[in-house]
Amino acid sequence: MQASQVSSPARAAPRISRQRLKYYAQGYAFISPWIIGTALFTVYPVAYSAVLTFTKFDLLTPPEYIGAGNFDRMIGDSQFPTALINTAYYTFIAVPLQLFVALIMALFLNQQLRFINVFRTLFYLPTVTPTVASVIIFMYLYNPDFGFFNVALGWFGIPGVKWLGDPNWAKPALILLSLWYVGGQMVIFLAGLQSVPDALLEAASIDGAGTLRKFWHVTIPMITPTIFFNLVLGIIGSFQVFTVAFIATRGGPIDSTLFYVLWIYRHAFENLNMGYAAAIGWVLLVIILIFTLLQFAISQRWVYYEAEGS
Amino acid sequence: MGLKAVGRDPAASITRSPRPVDVLRSWLVAAVKYGSLAAIAFVTAIPLLWMLSTSLKETGKEFLFPPQWIPVPAVWSNYANVWGVIDNLALYTSNSFIVAGLATLGTVLSCSLVAFGFARMEFPGRGPLFIVLLASLMLPGIITLVPTYILFKNFGWIDTPLPLIVPYWFGGGAFGTAFYTFLIRQFMLQLPKELDEAAVVDGASFFRIYWMILMPLARPALAASAIFSFIQHWNEFLHPLIFIDTERWRTLALALRFFLAEFTECCARSPTPWNMLMAGSVLMLTPVLVIFFAAQRYFIRGIALSGLGGR
Repeated sequence: MQASQVSSPARAAPRISRQRLKYYAQGYAFISPWIIGTALFTVYPVAYSAVLTFTKFDLLTPPEYIGAGNFDRMIGDSQFPTALINTAYYTFIAVPLQLFVALIMALFLNQQLRFINVFRTLFYLPTVTPTVASVIIFMYLYNPDFGFFNVALGWFGIPGVKWLGDPNWAKPALILLSLWYVGGQMVIFLAGLQSVPDALLEAASIDGAGTLRKFWHVTIPMITPTIFFNLVLGIIGSFQVFTVAFIATRGGPIDSTLFYVLWIYRHAFENLNMGYAAAIGWVLLVIILIFTLLQFAISQRWVYYEAEGS
Repeated sequence: MGLKAVGRDPAASITRSPRPVDVLRSWLVAAVKYGSLAAIAFVTAIPLLWMLSTSLKETGKEFLFPPQWIPVPAVWSNYANVWGVIDNLALYTSNSFIVAGLATLGTVLSCSLVAFGFARMEFPGRGPLFIVLLASLMLPGIITLVPTYILFKNFGWIDTPLPLIVPYWFGGGAFGTAFYTFLIRQFMLQLPKELDEAAVVDGASFFRIYWMILMPLARPALAASAIFSFIQHWNEFLHPLIFIDTERWRTLALALRFFLAEFTECCARSPTPWNMLMAGSVLMLTPVLVIFFAAQRYFIRGIALSGLGGR
């Protein structure tokens, strides 16, 4: 990987020249902010939280070592399965729907039309809307008495539901809200669609493939890396869903939107159980890690990477 | 790798005047295409239009059934009154500008510095370190939250703007923000290496090359990072919620939620003033929209630049 300037005489010499060392030092100097930041704000916190996992710590008195006590407590904690099931429900329904909606929108944007940039901007707009504002808007839309959703259902003679106030509807309501800002995934899909070689699509046309066949047999295989990317990051993100539930429902009604990170938040910052919060956080980390590794393993069966030629 | 602006031009092959049937068909196709795009845009816009409409309603008219689609009369003074209804709204707005502005400045400066190191310099371990950088993007942020809170508490930073600003001056080393470093590095990789070599021959230092040559050329990537970063920090909710306890450094995002909570938590004193909440939301959205519209070409290009779609 090193530069070829270090030519044959230097190669024979066992030591690297002073000049070379000075050059390396400058390289490290450039990336030093990142190295320090990573050590201080990423590596150290991860390690520290691993230690906290085995302690009882309320910030006021020094941490007290309790062995596997936090994990014993977790097994008996009825909120643990609740939080886990709610989060899994949210993730495994929201993420596929998000990808579906994002891909459809990207397909519409992937046309050579005048003013297509205007639509691209409009489609992306909800994604830049502050989450707090989005939640406030949707709380109003979901209002059982005068909210837009029940009014719209009424047009078709369908009786309204209580949405965020109904334990059966609160999670679907938050999933629907998440489908409103899929702009990030949409733009990534769009870039993926635009990297599908025209030559392949044309060749398929010449062979007599229609639009749908081209989509299934050329476009989809070619964008599987993009789908995979969105899937992996979407699942990691959704496992950590917090803000919408914190603002809209505070975990209710009857714990139906008590998501995992909201549960961690309560223990860490409302009850000051730092040790317990760290322990349940680590369990989430391990779960996310397992899902991510599993996806990488499965991806070899369905993600198609074009061989990097030349 | 950029987004294609125009493709095969369908009109180029037409030499003779087209048959009326074909003209009609092409018009129909265009109408269907634009019609479907407009329909999606409209559905997407409904919540925002509803926010706008509600923000202009007379107090009490938000609760009408069936709803008043277009507010009559349109009460523009809601936008003036909201500054009095939400206490200290001006302070929270300026807090948000300070926090988002300084975090963005730190992001652009420090991430570009680190990006230069990864894109233009060579040193042992560069490859593995870059893989660490990429891996940090996938680390769930929640795992670092509890220990960083304790760290900041020990620093005496709780209830100051520092936890919302300082971590972003470390080239993407904190809170999974290495995305910006990655984006700028990808852009710098595309710039010709001869630029640096010529400058080295002329005796320029590497810092000078970074600052005088690469930075001006990397402007599109820097702009994209700045916009993403500003919007991210302006909208951020979880970190201010945890690191800020009192009103002095409360941000707009927190303020809106505290105002909402006055009415939705227990013991609400009066019905929720939806028109004021929506006016506040519109105010919070405005700077984001201004930036987004002013610089949207960088915004969308930034994602394509990072090459995420291509690989």
